Amino acid sequence: MSTVEIDADRCVGGGQCVLAAPDLFDQDEMDGTVILLRQPEAGEAADAVQAERVCPARAIHVVR
Amino acid sequence: MPPSRIPFPTAREHPLDPPAAQTELRQTCPVVPVELHDGQPAWLVTRYDDIRTVLSDDRFSSAGLWRFAGSANRAAAERAETSFTVMDPPDHTHYRRLFTRYFTIRRVETLRPRIQQIVDATIDALLAEARDADLVRDLALPIASQTMCSLVGVPYEDHDWYEARAEVRSRMDGDPAESEQAFQDLLAYMSGLVDQAHGGTGDDVITASVRDLLEPGLIAQEDLVAALRLLLTAGHETTATMIATGAYVLLTHPDQLAELRRDPTLLPGAIEELLRYISMLFILVRTAKEDTEVAGQPVCAGDGLIVGPALANKDPRAFPDPDRFDIHRDNRHHVAFGFGPHQCLGQPVARLELGIVLETLLRRIPTLRLAVAADEVPFKRTNLVGVASLPVTW
Repeated sequence: MSTVEIDADRCVGGGQCVLAAPDLFDQDEMDGTVILLRQPEAGEAADAVQAERVCPARAIHVVR
Repeated sequence: MPPSRIPFPTAREHPLDPPAAQTELRQTCPVVPVELHDGQPAWLVTRYDDIRTVLSDDRFSSAGLWRFAGSANRAAAERAETSFTVMDPPDHTHYRRLFTRYFTIRRVETLRPRIQQIVDATIDALLAEARDADLVRDLALPIASQTMCSLVGVPYEDHDWYEARAEVRSRMDGDPAESEQAFQDLLAYMSGLVDQAHGGTGDDVITASVRDLLEPGLIAQEDLVAALRLLLTAGHETTATMIATGAYVLLTHPDQLAELRRDPTLLPGAIEELLRYISMLFILVRTAKEDTEVAGQPVCAGDGLIVGPALANKDPRAFPDPDRFDIHRDNRHHVAFGFGPHQCLGQPVARLELGIVLETLLRRIPTLRLAVAADEVPFKRTNLVGVASLPVTW
């Protein structure tokens, strides 16, 4: 099972993770930074990997 | 052994493809020594992975980039910039985060009814006139300008004035003195709007940021003015260029256009493919903070590194058969909005606006077609890649 780790200090609030995997990620209303809603379930690993791939700040890491 | 220094920028054979010489060099040379307009040396980074590294790695800086702009006018246009675009983390992170609240996916989605209204009214006006139009002048620019004015909180009657100043700054071949003056004029104009915004109740970005940031002392007046000046001119010509050039690419790929008309759920993928295929940002620049290497090429502290998003977005290492326009491809990892901490802040607005315009245009004018041959459509000579006008009929 994949585990998502967030480096919140690097996040610039680009929202790419929300577009890639809206069930897993949200944005803080005040500064737009990433909120991890929950860990990916079976079948959602590809969405998490897509979020990792498109994060411009390299703030999302998927540990396989 | 790197090749000998080549002039940069190099003319493109086809406006939507990087120059063939650069594409060929990419096969053998990830970092190409180039010579800029003023004789200054720099490095051109040619491959997708290295471009993403240069744009996102802390070894590279966004300070002092104007020295590596593609022309004398572009250098003059950027030299006085002080907004967060020329800062590095952690200062950049601090200032950018003050403004991200106005550009979250959720907040931007609330603009949808207003943008749809602007698009409908613009297309109503188009259809009420003759049966031909210039989609740049009659569709893309009015929609992008009205959306920007509404979002940022700028009086629409001022749009010709500030857009003319932005255009002066965007030219490759322009008068540097005129560009410097245009920048100062825009700062003074924005400063006036900020002064007038105190006590306002609106939710446009100027009024909201004065209320949320300036009045509580979270930002100094000059830093707010610099950031708002950036937002004012970062969104209208870019989005207008993508709208019109997007329409051009769709009209010149009739099979995929027909498919899109039949199935509007293909639109989000088509928009990402338009962003990738057009790669509207001509160049992005970083400087090396320290002596380091890129793809094995040693670079010195202070060296300029030029990346063309088109070289990354048409690198076969990242996108198989990259010169083919294909609305079905896996394309979300493109770098059309840049990459790294400076990636476009307004991209949710651009995606929303493009989606509404293209969906409405295709639905309401189903017989839309080019009024001239595809190779007669003129392209811009600015820091953006795209059509200068787009004659259509229906």
